[in-house]
Amino acid sequence: MLVSLHTRRALQLVMGLMTGICLGFLLQKGGATDYNVVTGQLMLLDFTILKIMLSAVVTGMIGVYALRELGLVRLHIKSGSVGSTIVGGLIFGVGFAILGYCPGTIAGAVGRGSMDALFGGMIGMLVGSGIFAFIYDRLDKELLSIGRFGPITIPQLFKVSPWRVIIPLALLIPCFMLALEIFGL
Amino acid sequence: MHRWSPYAVGAGIGVLSWISFLISDKPLGASTSFARTTGMILKVFHAEKVERNRFFREVEPQVDWQWMLVLGIVIGAAIAALISGDYGITWVPQRWALKFGAAPAVRLFWALVGGTIMGIGARWAGGCTSGHGISGFFQLAVSSWIAVLCFFVSGTITALILL
Repeated sequence: MLVSLHTRRALQLVMGLMTGICLGFLLQKGGATDYNVVTGQLMLLDFTILKIMLSAVVTGMIGVYALRELGLVRLHIKSGSVGSTIVGGLIFGVGFAILGYCPGTIAGAVGRGSMDALFGGMIGMLVGSGIFAFIYDRLDKELLSIGRFGPITIPQLFKVSPWRVIIPLALLIPCFMLALEIFGL
Repeated sequence: MHRWSPYAVGAGIGVLSWISFLISDKPLGASTSFARTTGMILKVFHAEKVERNRFFREVEPQVDWQWMLVLGIVIGAAIAALISGDYGITWVPQRWALKFGAAPAVRLFWALVGGTIMGIGARWAGGCTSGHGISGFFQLAVSSWIAVLCFFVSGTITALILL
């Protein structure tokens, strides 16, 4: 791993910015910064968002696991719990549908001139994060720790080599995409 | 052509993930930066309260790699919109206007409500549609697969009822 590069803080901030510029460019070009496209996905009318996500998943999965085999990168697996992942995920979805942008694409929406993203959604996200910060301590003791399962991956769960999961997924996901195209979705 | 193929865009995001893992040891994500920003703003008014808060001790209110990434998304999308002639100030999205009318104040209010709920949910679930939905999902994280399922199940139900 390029540890000497990773520890250069100022340089990393510049790299974060440049990575973000590329990501924002792609999100805008893909239509993911558009309220109509995002809500179209949630209403099952427009599958653009799912196509972008699945294509990113296949590409990212193969590349990052291959780089890991070469010892060049390490994984960053988030731990989860029933009380955190499931309850939080369900809350997230409600806000996601009302707002019509997600935390990454809302930044892109601001970039393309959507004022509801800037003066509504972004401020809402700041308020929501603040509310969470002040209920976190109690929430963590009473709910977030219920059913904790730690930072595990699917291959670890089934005790198989990652490639036993990656290869089938890398075949199934493109078949699913093909089906979406065949059905004109 | 204004819009690129979603498959090409997705593959581009996948390749960008390889690069960010390699050169920065970081997965792509966005939502934590909003929590850091809240901390930075609150610190101006209530420095002590923020320093004592357990959440802000874990999620430090500072500009980090991911915060710069989110700033970069704004710039990158603006560049793409400007060179394609897609840039435009809008207050009320089309689908919203069809259902709820074109009044900006109504849309802003509900965007604020939606953003607040989403902000709480993102921290509650420990990530969002980028951190869990793309980065966590392709790393085959169990937490991310469950989170993504929950995002889309409740998002789809809410959208079908609401819109």
